Amino acid sequence: MPSLGADMEAGTLVQWLVKPGDKVKHGDIVAVVETQKGAIEIESFQSGTLERYLVGVGTEVPVGTPLAIIRGEGEAAPAEPKPAAAPPAPPQAPTAPRKAAPPPPPPKAPPSQPPPVAPATGARVSPAARRLAEQRGIDLSTVTGTGPQGAITYEDVAHLGAAGAAPVAAAAEKKRAPSLDLNAMRVAIAAAMARSKREIPHYYLMHQVDVTPCEQWLARKNAALPPEARLLIGALAVKAVALACRRFPAFNGFYRDNRYEPSQAVHVGVAIAIRGGGLTAPALHDADTLALDDLMARMRDLIQRTRAGRIRSSEIADPTITVSSLGERGVEALYGVIYPPQVAIIGFGKVVTRPWVVDGGAIGPRAVATLTLAADHRVSDGHAGALFLAEIGKLLQEPEKL
Amino acid sequence: MSDTDIRKAVQEELNEIAPEVDMASVDPKADLREAIDIDSMDFLNFITAIHHRLGLDIPEIDYPKLVTIDGAVAYITAHLNQPKH
Repeated sequence: MPSLGADMEAGTLVQWLVKPGDKVKHGDIVAVVETQKGAIEIESFQSGTLERYLVGVGTEVPVGTPLAIIRGEGEAAPAEPKPAAAPPAPPQAPTAPRKAAPPPPPPKAPPSQPPPVAPATGARVSPAARRLAEQRGIDLSTVTGTGPQGAITYEDVAHLGAAGAAPVAAAAEKKRAPSLDLNAMRVAIAAAMARSKREIPHYYLMHQVDVTPCEQWLARKNAALPPEARLLIGALAVKAVALACRRFPAFNGFYRDNRYEPSQAVHVGVAIAIRGGGLTAPALHDADTLALDDLMARMRDLIQRTRAGRIRSSEIADPTITVSSLGERGVEALYGVIYPPQVAIIGFGKVVTRPWVVDGGAIGPRAVATLTLAADHRVSDGHAGALFLAEIGKLLQEPEKL
Repeated sequence: MSDTDIRKAVQEELNEIAPEVDMASVDPKADLREAIDIDSMDFLNFITAIHHRLGLDIPEIDYPKLVTIDGAVAYITAHLNQPKH
């Protein structure tokens, strides 16, 4: 069970997406876990063949618990693994977290009935089929898959729905992200934010930036693109922050065990508001290396999946810095609360037209946005923070180079 | 395509973005950003959905004309029914 984010200590395995004997690659989605922040798709940490499950569907286990044994190519068959009911981390378990976890507490007893989204057989289910089943309240364990290796396809679920299958839930009312429990999410946010304010000595800086070059460049670029390929200014903001992180590593990493670990990779957590309340900030991986159009496409996908309650485990665990914006809600400056163990959060405010001193000393109307930084004073000082913000502002003056 | 069909398409696509909203209760003259709480990414997804569904590529410069349901229906109706050159 990989890290599920700050103060998220356990998750309930609700679905296996691979079977013993299946080949898996690093990054493949192998299971679905329910947490306070909704369903999270668990990715494999390594490639190989799934030897066997260590945790059954419906079991809540702590972070750090091995979920399965994956045997790498050419590896000998492992020693007899520990039983599912007692999941302390065996040292060679390939799906164990990269870093040794503290001994987990014993898992809670499985609920008497597994969640209805879990097929009892552990059959493969396409994401679209799962989403449709959730929307229609259809118990996937009653569905016979017709896809490869018995996988349940969208058509299988759609056909059942059309045939009038009895829904498990009451009326399949329209509902945002059925797997998102906003009350539970609020509890998780409360825990993480209280810890942040309790432990992290925040300092705050504000910097106004002329983003007219961004607006003009976007208008020109988007005029030649179909809607699905158009960019938003938020993509420029994320890229600028990611690039600035390379020069200012004191804002990109984790503060753990009384020391700071800067991150080589830049995984920008994008703060995403959930309809009806709640917030989460999953990672846009390697944002500093992505071309803008690719970054935009990934951000779009990330936002859609997050709002649909389909975040991946690495997206929860990996953010090295967070970017947030409330500009579209009219807020000119937002002072964020750092998401531990990260050490910084950048805020983008509303773009407003302001009188601005332009070249030659004249005053003209310009599009201006307020950037803010909340940073961890244990790791950096205001001087470095000011330089970091100025670097982001500078990068936004040349959007074509982002 | 009739005005009624276009209105239905607009409401259905907005409902994809805001599934919990009863579109019949939304004031057709209200700003959608506030009426159904959509942001720029949602709006871009709406414009993209209209493009895919109706084949109408709405340029960014025209977005302000589509910020209400009535505005969107009027814009799409006018442009879909334009004679093709």
